Amino acid sequence: MSGTTVVTGLGVTAPNGLGTDEYWTATLAGCGGIGPVTRFDASPYPATLAGEVPGFVADDYLPNRLLPQTDHMTRLALVAADWAIADARVETAGYSEFDMGVMTASSSGGFEFGQNELRRLWSKGSKYVSAYQSFAWFYAVNTGQISIRNGMRGPSGVLVSDQAGGLDAVAQARRQIRKGSKLIVSGGIDGSICPWGWAAQLASGRMSQSADPDRAFLPFDPAASGHVPGEGGALLVLEDAAAASERGAPVYGGIAGYAATFDPRPGSPDAPAEDSGREPPLQRAIELALADAGVPASGIDVVFADAAAIPELDAAEAAAITAVFGPYGVPVTAPKTMTGRLYSGGAPLDLAAALLSLRDHVIPPTTNVSPAPGYRLDVVTGPPRPAPPAAAGAALVIARGYGGFNSAMVVTAAGHTAAEDSTEGSKS
Amino acid sequence: MSDQVITLEVLARTLRESAGSDEHGELSSEALDTGFDELGYDSLALLETAARLERDHGIELDDDAATSAKTPRELLELANSAR
Repeated sequence: MSGTTVVTGLGVTAPNGLGTDEYWTATLAGCGGIGPVTRFDASPYPATLAGEVPGFVADDYLPNRLLPQTDHMTRLALVAADWAIADARVETAGYSEFDMGVMTASSSGGFEFGQNELRRLWSKGSKYVSAYQSFAWFYAVNTGQISIRNGMRGPSGVLVSDQAGGLDAVAQARRQIRKGSKLIVSGGIDGSICPWGWAAQLASGRMSQSADPDRAFLPFDPAASGHVPGEGGALLVLEDAAAASERGAPVYGGIAGYAATFDPRPGSPDAPAEDSGREPPLQRAIELALADAGVPASGIDVVFADAAAIPELDAAEAAAITAVFGPYGVPVTAPKTMTGRLYSGGAPLDLAAALLSLRDHVIPPTTNVSPAPGYRLDVVTGPPRPAPPAAAGAALVIARGYGGFNSAMVVTAAGHTAAEDSTEGSKS
Repeated sequence: MSDQVITLEVLARTLRESAGSDEHGELSSEALDTGFDELGYDSLALLETAARLERDHGIELDDDAATSAKTPRELLELANSAR
């Protein structure tokens, strides 16, 4: 055991690409997947755009037995898990099932499945409600189905903290690896593009009402007016670095640091006064994640921003980034401008993008955005930007969840992980 | 109430609609006495299948009895005795 957790497999289902290669190619090319909602008739609603995963036919990938009992987003998750495990080139049959676990994030569970069953309940009666409603709707369903399909019965669970959950789940997976689990499938695949999910999301007041896919989701832009929701995300295979190196596993990089903080409820007695001098919780999450990684701010090559596209939230994130890195002090990007916000799937997809960015020495762009000068951020717009020759090999991913969740995670390039460093050290 | 006997063919279709089926097709007569566990149908699959049989054939089945049926033959006997 090295104490360092590495990513050895990626499985991506994103609105701008099905599979890691398609996603990454589209992302570097600046090709977006946002468009009018097709999964239901959204025309009577104020928000009509979404990032839908294209060309996904569950029958092509999953046994027929799983279809009556799964929501669309669970099917995406099962396929992403299959791909991540295949990508890690791991023979799970050789492991004890208690040495492998599943730790996913969820923001809403299987809303579309649940909506259909509730419709049957109220229009036809309880005899018409699927027995599978008992689990197909709930938060932990992806974890459970991935666990059953892959025989993974070790430490498993679900984290529910909206968009921040995607990082919180990977952090929890890292804890389990440190406690001795050999392999954890982690991350998140989300999506509730259905009337019930839409009603719930509209209640946040954060959804963009623009009908123009290129103008609807504009984080850090003076025209920012909310986000477009999407579906999909990424699942990652996590292993202990020494164990991964022993089996000759492919390594994308390491999960080097993490921290989470919470915003006080506005108006609560715990809320610090504006002039209290206490640093904002988001800034503190970033600083704590860097400290956990043992990486100075100057050692971060790129920041994958949360990118809420709500002016106050953009301002708060820009303030936190500039407080830690200085004005224009680090390249900042938000490839989620091409996918929409994927809730619990968003940050795992950003982790995948960050690892691929470190691997290929290139920063994917933020599309459609003209950054507001007042934020003093070096937002990567236009073509992808090559990493500088002196790149340190680390990236920061920020994710915030509705209700005051702030999470930050540092990933390091393969070859920069502590375990590999210590291996090198022991040789010398 | 229904006069139509519920056949293995009907049960096979109902199982498929309720809980999916294997790629190699539906239950054959040899499967009549094969355990549901071996056929890959768990208690929720049986619960869902029983609910659909009730709706389609206007019968009432006890949930516990339906989910404790071990084989297609036992479930057919239970369903037909409820007609």
